[in-house]
Amino acid sequence: MLVNELKKSLFVSLWFMFLTFPIMVIQVNTVENIIQWRWANLFFVGVGSFVLSALWRYLIRRKEQGIQETEVDGVARVTLSQRLLNNRRFTIPALFVVSILALAFPFVFSLYQTNIMITAMIYVLLGLGLNIVVGVAGLLDLGYAAFYCVGAYSYALLNYHFGFGFWSVLGIGAGLAALFGIILGFPVLRLRGDYLAIVTLGFGEIIRLIMENWNAFSFGPSGIANIPRPGFFGVEMNIEQVTIYVYFLMIGMSLFTIFVVNRLQDSRIGRAWIALREDEVACQAMGIDKRKTKLMAFALGATWAGFAGVIFAAKTTFINPASFTLWESINILCVVVLGGMGSIVGVIVGAFVLILLPEYLRFLSEYRILAFGAVLVVMMVFRPGGIVETVRRTYQYKETA
Amino acid sequence: MEYFFELFLGGLTRGSIYALIALGYTMVYGIVQLINFAHGEIYMIGAFTALIVISVLTMLGWNQIAILLIAAGVAVVYSSAYGYTMEKIAYKPLRKAPRLSALISAIGMSLFLQNYVLLAQTSDFMPFPGLIPDFEFMEPYAHIIGSPELVILITTAIVMVLLTIMIKFSKIGKAMRATAQDRDMAMLVGVNVNWVISVTFIIGSATAAIGGVLIASHIGQVNFYIGFIAGIKAFVAAVLGGIGSIPGAVLGSLVLGWTESFFTGYISSDYEDVFAFIFLVLILIFRPAGILGRSTAEKV
Repeated sequence: MLVNELKKSLFVSLWFMFLTFPIMVIQVNTVENIIQWRWANLFFVGVGSFVLSALWRYLIRRKEQGIQETEVDGVARVTLSQRLLNNRRFTIPALFVVSILALAFPFVFSLYQTNIMITAMIYVLLGLGLNIVVGVAGLLDLGYAAFYCVGAYSYALLNYHFGFGFWSVLGIGAGLAALFGIILGFPVLRLRGDYLAIVTLGFGEIIRLIMENWNAFSFGPSGIANIPRPGFFGVEMNIEQVTIYVYFLMIGMSLFTIFVVNRLQDSRIGRAWIALREDEVACQAMGIDKRKTKLMAFALGATWAGFAGVIFAAKTTFINPASFTLWESINILCVVVLGGMGSIVGVIVGAFVLILLPEYLRFLSEYRILAFGAVLVVMMVFRPGGIVETVRRTYQYKETA
Repeated sequence: MEYFFELFLGGLTRGSIYALIALGYTMVYGIVQLINFAHGEIYMIGAFTALIVISVLTMLGWNQIAILLIAAGVAVVYSSAYGYTMEKIAYKPLRKAPRLSALISAIGMSLFLQNYVLLAQTSDFMPFPGLIPDFEFMEPYAHIIGSPELVILITTAIVMVLLTIMIKFSKIGKAMRATAQDRDMAMLVGVNVNWVISVTFIIGSATAAIGGVLIASHIGQVNFYIGFIAGIKAFVAAVLGGIGSIPGAVLGSLVLGWTESFFTGYISSDYEDVFAFIFLVLILIFRPAGILGRSTAEKV
């Protein structure tokens, strides 16, 4: 048994040594025409893959055992996170602690840390908005950053040309984003699955490329600077105070979002979205207007991106199209899927993990994105449902004896 | 008219390059219904491996044509190995998971491979020698089409024909089609589905590697990020033609190549990509399953 395992690991390690040989070992300097042979790397790869492959196989076996047990019992295993979420004795104190921490945060930690938290909360907003489209309504959207872009540019441009303030644009930006959501929604009503994904991707790129090239309108790649920060009844504030103010604004905004999204999920339209996700044909047979439901999902999802965009522009005071690339959309999608599609708590956790992890992995310096990619793969392999899996509502029929 | 012809050939070259990458996308999609986001990275690794082999052999002073062939061979082997390994690690455990999870896993893989090359090699653009020689018999036509372009076109055509023959007539091709239609049923009649999926990844990666070597020597430089953009373009092309269909991927790539080429030539190069995407949206509105994709009516 052990010999067998060792043999397997040895084989994997040899395979990886072969696989990484040209890229890890040979480095060519084309300017001076020297070849560097970095044999030490080969050794590291060999040892590393030997250990990791043993660990990998062990974890896979454990996972498969879990699945088998579920199949035997016929009862889905309830994960720890779900059990905790359903237990009031845990949730109420936890909520209490979290809110105290949230309130005290900007006064305890530095300005820099507060700024990271604001970014994380912007992603909470974005994640929850995209969750409506992807998680609840099941429409894969790869161009979500376009709406974020619309929100940010509507504040920047309206302010630049007409001097609109933050608060008035917050509504306008969200409205414009929703309008763009509907504009995108119309052509894609007939598309499914991956065709939908690619059209939304295209839409996102179209918006970004227009912003990049239409210099007269959007000032092109150089972007717009000196966007005013949000005001508070005309009170003058220094940078530190503004940051704290934006922080609390974001907390309020996040709470508002959580409230609305939570109410939406149990509303008539929310149930219609879930039905649409599960089975389009059956959903239409039940008399749900597919067109209206899909458009609502796009519009409402985009609205939150609009809010987030306006706040983002006000927070950074500078925007350019480079902030709204496809990677941004993918990042937001990762928040939703990694956190747990369809689950509000999951998306919030996902946003914090995804923003804070690369931030606190800085000690790994240049290796952090490598590590991040690996974390995504490992996470999906061992927990494909995300950090907090959604529990599907089931009604159990109990026979009375 | 000559200008038109020039643009036509330019688009054709561009399209055939997209096609080599799009084939991998469409084959993988046809069999496992997965958008393999890391496919562009395989292409990039192919180009990088070729560059390393070329540099080493050039210093040893080998013959140019031999170098080109060996480099392409090594690139194909390595890309296939990467594709195979990637499937085993990132996709195989996720066969039964929700499809979006596999997509995120693919994105993770893509990030990982990009940064792996970035860290192990360099973040700079590396010059890639143009190894395709200028043929003498091409001289009278040199103002219309250069030798490298000709080589690209011919290679692409050969790959397409071989691939089509393989899928139509060989045993593994038959198994692939069976798996694409119904995986469980294929398993029941004795198809080794795991092997078929591995082979699909290997073939897709090999064509991507050929594309990688050709494009890199055509454009003249590589860096760790080239895979992402090329991957997106090829994906668009695959969807345009009807994802899952091999002739569709070729047609979609050519259409995309021509669109970009003519638009850049006649109107403006600023909005080249915008126009390509608008064109994609328009086609999908009128043919929601792509140009050659069959829209299957759903049975209830």
